[in-house]
Amino acid sequence: MIRPGPRRPALRARRLRRDAGFLAVGVPLHLALVPVWSWAATFTARTGHWKPAFQVAAVLVVLGAPLLTAVQRVRHRAFLGVDVAPPEPDPGPWSWAVAARQVSRWLSSAQTWRQVGYHLLLGPLLAAAELLVLAAAVAGLAGATAYGWAWAVPAPGRRGWLGYATQLPCYTLAGLLLLAALPWLAGATARGESRAAAALLGPSRSQRLQRRVEHLAESRTGLIEAVDAERRRIERDLHDGTQQRLVSLAVNLGLVLATTPDLPAGARTALAEAHLEAKDAIAELNDLVRGLHPAVLEDRGLDAALSGLAARLPVPVRLRVDLDERVPPGVESVAYFVVSEALTNVTKHAGATRTEVTVEQVGPVLRVNVTDNGLGGADPSAGTGLSGLARRVGSVDGSFHVTSPVGGPTTVTAELPCAR
Amino acid sequence: MRAVIAEDSVLLRVGLVKVLEMGGFQVVAEVGDAPSLLAAVEQHRPELALVDVRMPPAFTDEGVRAALEIRRSRPGTAVVLLSQYVEERYAADLLSADTSGVGYLLKQRVADVTEFVETVRRVAAGGTALDPQVVAQLLLRRSSDPLERLTPRERDVLALMAEGHSNTGIAESLTIGESAVAKHINNIFAKLDLPVADTGHRRVLAVLRFLGTSQA
Repeated sequence: MIRPGPRRPALRARRLRRDAGFLAVGVPLHLALVPVWSWAATFTARTGHWKPAFQVAAVLVVLGAPLLTAVQRVRHRAFLGVDVAPPEPDPGPWSWAVAARQVSRWLSSAQTWRQVGYHLLLGPLLAAAELLVLAAAVAGLAGATAYGWAWAVPAPGRRGWLGYATQLPCYTLAGLLLLAALPWLAGATARGESRAAAALLGPSRSQRLQRRVEHLAESRTGLIEAVDAERRRIERDLHDGTQQRLVSLAVNLGLVLATTPDLPAGARTALAEAHLEAKDAIAELNDLVRGLHPAVLEDRGLDAALSGLAARLPVPVRLRVDLDERVPPGVESVAYFVVSEALTNVTKHAGATRTEVTVEQVGPVLRVNVTDNGLGGADPSAGTGLSGLARRVGSVDGSFHVTSPVGGPTTVTAELPCAR
Repeated sequence: MRAVIAEDSVLLRVGLVKVLEMGGFQVVAEVGDAPSLLAAVEQHRPELALVDVRMPPAFTDEGVRAALEIRRSRPGTAVVLLSQYVEERYAADLLSADTSGVGYLLKQRVADVTEFVETVRRVAAGGTALDPQVVAQLLLRRSSDPLERLTPRERDVLALMAEGHSNTGIAESLTIGESAVAKHINNIFAKLDLPVADTGHRRVLAVLRFLGTSQA
């Protein structure tokens, strides 16, 4: 925020100095290619052959453009604090191979021609605008201070166009007006220039979008990995803490029951109930934790982990896993989650007597299929379980389908891309 | 009989010591990881090792690997593995060499103290004990093919056989007569084309081999 009061003029002066410096430095840079094409023009005029001159000029321009662009980038950052994004990402450490790739990419990209356009065609126009602004500054100063130097002009010259009472007040007024308008003029020109630089020297819209997509894909992968790591951490914490504690509790209750035969009947019943409760709690917690991220999934893969999951189900499950090799960990984890959630749904809602789980690799896709012969009528948009599954599958660019006509059968299919 | 306990949860270790002592075992060493377990077995030559599967440093299958190592270096030592979850893959590893004197059970089974002590004694005497959940996982893999020919009752008997129970144990579990059990077993072996085996762990071996060969 700009503070009112005495600071504002100082701020405006600083800004003006900055813009003026920016424009002044711009003039030689924008005219840098003028000698090249004017030489080409004179050479052609002198010899009558335009080809060799323009070939040399074209090479100079195409090779000089990136250098000029780099200098322009420095100029924008130094004066305006504006970063003109480099059109290509950082190629990494220098080597001949990298350099060759860069050159071939440079010659074939539309980016090159936008840069050449900027330096060759727009440059002189921008230089003209910069010169106009600078000229306005000089004229403004001269006009505003006309009374200060008019006496020094030799008398014969002064008489015709410097009337102390007639022309000079007009010069002074015009000079003051010019000076007053100068900050706006310089600022607008500088802004216009940096916009042109961003459009022609920076990445194009499609490059920006492509970079954005790459960035998003990267951050999403990071997010998924973080979620998986978090699930592993929770699984581990529960395994080392609460689960051991509960087992220990159940063991101690069991020991009391087994070693104290002369308990009063009431106490024995209460203890037996507590014992049972503890065992139920263990089983319940085990089921919950098993759905998170079992150690065996990491250790032995999807095939090994799924049998533990399927065997816990009260409904008979037929399990078929057909994989030549292990798929990437992120995909394993999503596939495991799909089967885990789908089987939970089967036990909760379906009323099924038979379930079939198939996991197979079909080309570059891991297809996970869970079918049950239950009541059907599952609505992916209603339950949070199925929509959560769809989101999780979507997070690895997979597709997710549920068919569940009323009366069954229900089929849940997830196809997960798993190309390494 | 002397026993060694390997369990990284100190809390649970205390309970396990009490349970084994109640069962007449003398606990000669309690350790918290696989290398110390191997050292303790070398030092004390126990008849039984009660081992947690997930132990430091990696918390995956250290116990299984340690058990295999013990069975290689000290074949006379019975090993009972305990785990929060049982995995048929680990069971397959464990049973790949020899099924006698091996047990693989869920930790929560320890809570049923009397049954647990009986199971451990059976393993220490050279028997086999597989958690019903492991057997369920093994059966899962064979749900097509010859197993379909078994009646539900015969499947129950097969599962109990795989868990390592004797005819008497199976008869008690299913509350049927021992002669009925024997009849079921004959039917099962006939339907599955298994070589006729006498009682004991050779029978378990035959059953497990049948279940295990299906693995991908």
